[in-house]
Amino acid sequence: MQRYSGFGLAKHALSHHENWERQWRNPTPKKQYDAIIVGGGGHGLATAYYLAKEHGITNVAVVEKGWLGGGNTARNTTIVRSNYLWDESAALYEHAMKLWEGLSQDLNYNVMFSQRGVMNLAHTLQDMRDVQRRVNANRLNGIDSVVLTPEQIQEIVPIMDCSKNARYPILGASWQPRAGVARHDAVAWGYARAADALGVDLLQNTEVTGFKIRDGRVYGVHTNRGDIEAKTVGCVAAGNSGVLARMAGFRLPLESHPLQALVSEPLKPVLDTVVMSNHVHGYISQTDKGDLVIGAGIDGYNGYGQRGSYPTVEHTLQAIVEMFPIFSRVRMNRQWGGIVDTSPDACPILSATPVKGLFFNCGWGTGGFKATPGSGHVFAWTLAKNQAHPLAAPFSIDRFHTGALVDEHGAAGVAH
Amino acid sequence: MFLIYCPHCEELREEEEFHPKGQAHIARPENPEACSDEQWGDYLFFRDNPRGIHHELWVHAVGCRKFFNVTRNTVSYEILETYRIGEQPRFTAEPPEGRPAESVVPRAEVVERQEGVKA
Repeated sequence: MQRYSGFGLAKHALSHHENWERQWRNPTPKKQYDAIIVGGGGHGLATAYYLAKEHGITNVAVVEKGWLGGGNTARNTTIVRSNYLWDESAALYEHAMKLWEGLSQDLNYNVMFSQRGVMNLAHTLQDMRDVQRRVNANRLNGIDSVVLTPEQIQEIVPIMDCSKNARYPILGASWQPRAGVARHDAVAWGYARAADALGVDLLQNTEVTGFKIRDGRVYGVHTNRGDIEAKTVGCVAAGNSGVLARMAGFRLPLESHPLQALVSEPLKPVLDTVVMSNHVHGYISQTDKGDLVIGAGIDGYNGYGQRGSYPTVEHTLQAIVEMFPIFSRVRMNRQWGGIVDTSPDACPILSATPVKGLFFNCGWGTGGFKATPGSGHVFAWTLAKNQAHPLAAPFSIDRFHTGALVDEHGAAGVAH
Repeated sequence: MFLIYCPHCEELREEEEFHPKGQAHIARPENPEACSDEQWGDYLFFRDNPRGIHHELWVHAVGCRKFFNVTRNTVSYEILETYRIGEQPRFTAEPPEGRPAESVVPRAEVVERQEGVKA
């Protein structure tokens, strides 16, 4: 792998930047691998990278039906935070946060992780109680988190309407200074390049059409480019997890929904943090390019269409304009939908399945991007050792039968 | 924006009046006490989540407030039919090539749909 550095940049300038190496190969599938990862998004690529780096399993294929990072990795609002309420989820997301903090160096790829802080607003007394409870829980778990008053909020975000006259007046907020945003595509590309350098085969335009299962044990996958064999298969397919599970002959406690987001035309710098409001339901940040990135809620119905409905967009923009009257005449450039796999308790499933050797990493719902490094890290451990990583253990699919749910829903200032 | 035909009001109304309530035709176990944890968990949480034809429950939340069923394609988002609770769907698998003929759509008509959102 050609290392990126300031020196390299200067050196390549001499040859007009025409001799950069390709970031990854485009190999033909081998007949057999030690492990197959189904899904070449951020989580899948991270899994492959940590399998190769931490566990020395480099004979790995990532099977992707489209192109790398072309699903929800390219369709999210890039927010990274770890201020979750429950111990189990806080530990998992904080694990990811710690990996985020060294990720650019680790991958030798600038993922533009910017710790600009994330604010979760409270508009009602109940919101305030929830915020205080969650901040206390976060601090007990060693996660930086503070409660802000409206005056402090106004100081951090001068353009927000913090007056008492607002339709939903802002009473306070939780604030995680270490949280922030990262460049979503760079995360996928960085993991892809680093995994490829360690020998992982990234197979794009390769769609899994079925699993090879014998005596309740998986030994490979059928694809549109022929059969590929492996004793361990990890599925990281987000919204399409249910479709894969059906191929393998079982069901998941998931529903796939469209989740929409929008970006505006580029503006001069006006918002240097991330603001989320669960109550009026909208969240917003500004990219380095100047676009406002706005996230909506999920559409309530099941859908695989990668688009959503107008009413959802309308409600979100009402919330944004209510909080930021200054944005009332900003024009939106693009709108899109990603397919998120929501679980009943709004927590992921990192788990073995009824088929031996087949593992699923899914159910991240509306908040998977922030977990990308942590998810890949613990899932790789799970695949390599054939047992759940201690951080992944509470997220086994068994919890939907034992009743030990990790009920993050609404409890964490999560915009669901 | 969907236009949904409420089989109770017998009118096409805008999506905003309705709430989706998930997969339809899930029978509650007759004797929950006798269920194993697996059976009860399956009933509560596990869903078909198909890519294609989906039977789902909706409620006309700000209209008649009654529940009814919808058969909808989860990829094209096309609504094939709406029918009352207790009735059986006419569309149960992928229809043959092309759109269903208007005449076979019961209670007419719920075919209006936006071609993607391009705001």
